[in-house]
Amino acid sequence: MSMLYSEQVMDHFAHPRNVGVIENADGIGEIGNAKCGDIMKMYLKIENNIIVDVKFKTFGCGAAVATSSMATEMIKGKSVDDALALTNKAVIEALGGLPAVKVHCSVLAEEAVKCALADYYKKQGIDHPVIKEAEEIMGHDDDHEHEIPEE
Amino acid sequence: MKRYVYADNAATTPVSREVVDAMMPYLTEKWGNPSSLHAKGREAAIALEDARSRIAACLGADAKEMFFTSCGSEADNWAIKGAAYAGKKKGKTHIITSAIEHHAALHACAALEKDGFTVTYLGVDDKGIVSIDELKAAITDKTALVSVMLANNEIGTIEPIAEIAKIAHEHGALMFTDAVQAIGNIPVNVKELGVDMLALSGHKIHAPKGIGALYIKKGVRIDNLIDGGGQERSKRGGTENMPYIVGLATAMESAIARLPEMAKVAELRDYLMDSLLAKVPYSTLNGPRGDARLPGNVNIGFEFIEGESMLLLLDYEGIACSTGSACSSASLDPSHVLLAIGVPHERAHGSLRLSISNETTKDDADYILEKLPPIIQRLRDMSPLYEEVSKEEK
Repeated sequence: MSMLYSEQVMDHFAHPRNVGVIENADGIGEIGNAKCGDIMKMYLKIENNIIVDVKFKTFGCGAAVATSSMATEMIKGKSVDDALALTNKAVIEALGGLPAVKVHCSVLAEEAVKCALADYYKKQGIDHPVIKEAEEIMGHDDDHEHEIPEE
Repeated sequence: MKRYVYADNAATTPVSREVVDAMMPYLTEKWGNPSSLHAKGREAAIALEDARSRIAACLGADAKEMFFTSCGSEADNWAIKGAAYAGKKKGKTHIITSAIEHHAALHACAALEKDGFTVTYLGVDDKGIVSIDELKAAITDKTALVSVMLANNEIGTIEPIAEIAKIAHEHGALMFTDAVQAIGNIPVNVKELGVDMLALSGHKIHAPKGIGALYIKKGVRIDNLIDGGGQERSKRGGTENMPYIVGLATAMESAIARLPEMAKVAELRDYLMDSLLAKVPYSTLNGPRGDARLPGNVNIGFEFIEGESMLLLLDYEGIACSTGSACSSASLDPSHVLLAIGVPHERAHGSLRLSISNETTKDDADYILEKLPPIIQRLRDMSPLYEEVSKEEK
């Protein structure tokens, strides 16, 4: 099984974009747990339905950092609806692929974005389907499986 | 110029010049098959038996007790499965091993479990020392084999093999030790250890990958793993890998000759270990101190960060090491060794192993001490776990 990272993964790991926190963020999402070895926390600043700023902090491996970094790049400046449509597959594609055992990192990145958006809607007092989705994500997060898909 | 510091000697070592020189004739003009009766074959057979004698002498064994294998994993598998199936014929279907064995030994035991054997995995204390009490409680006259490694590859713990072997023999069980990490680092004598079988590997002591050996004490009968054409006194089939066997003999002798240098390596280990623990807050040593630890092994857990990230950033600085983090392996579970000594999952993920050798200099250690702490800080600044801690501090 190859553990080699693509050039894009190494670039985003070595030079992660958008690391940090946003004070008074409009939406915060945190996913993963220390036991499994990866936690992502994402902060969103949203104006007129546009994600004007995004920051993240990640505890995890090279792929966890790279997928967080790439996910923030992919939603920055985009509409909330575009961000909701972000998939882990799109993150993997943008990174030029991930080793099979690291695919779960991209899932966490997608989930971190969804949780941050759910938090945003909650704070706005808007009932949006992503809130329920985020609750489900958080619910299964404690025992989230590191499923290794077939190559 | 960028430095390169290789601190992953427990993973593998570079092949030494003298080993290459010893091997070369057997890759070129001395290419005979030692089983052939003609001159070319006899030439190889003489070299084969010479290598066997020299390796046996390094271990306090008799040449007739040494058998060449393709690697340490094969030696582990042969000893464990061979002893298990030999024991089964006498109604012994129980194996005792430890929770911190190398995967070659652990997975060989797991395969035996699937085939109807019962396996007891002995626990270890917080330093990685196997529990003698658990051994005494578990062992019965149905125990075919006790398999405990001489020294652990991750945290460097040296096990009380002589004591364990004595208990095994009191109950009529065979005793096997995987000495892959110990050879060249501490004196290894099969008689002093009192073992029936001992496995070693070439590439940890500057021989190439792809050569190992199993010591089987005279009179001890175990089943074959590889049947074949009568090589290795009909115990291990396959034409002997002559260049590598000759290389292994040279490597073994050099490893023994280097042993007096190991006290200095241990000093450098302690310097590196203590300096890191002093320089980096929220760091903990994994494994024992002093003589209970392999002289080249440093293993430290750094909280709030993950090992693979550390490893990759160190690699950028030209420092090679390894980690017990799940993320570094295909299994995605953190090191079974760290979990067995009671390190919590989150700290096991942040562990780093630096395995130094007699070739590591103080300058190398200082280079690691210069580069590693800022890398740890950089990753902590990126970690949501550290965020909470630094908030509490303020």
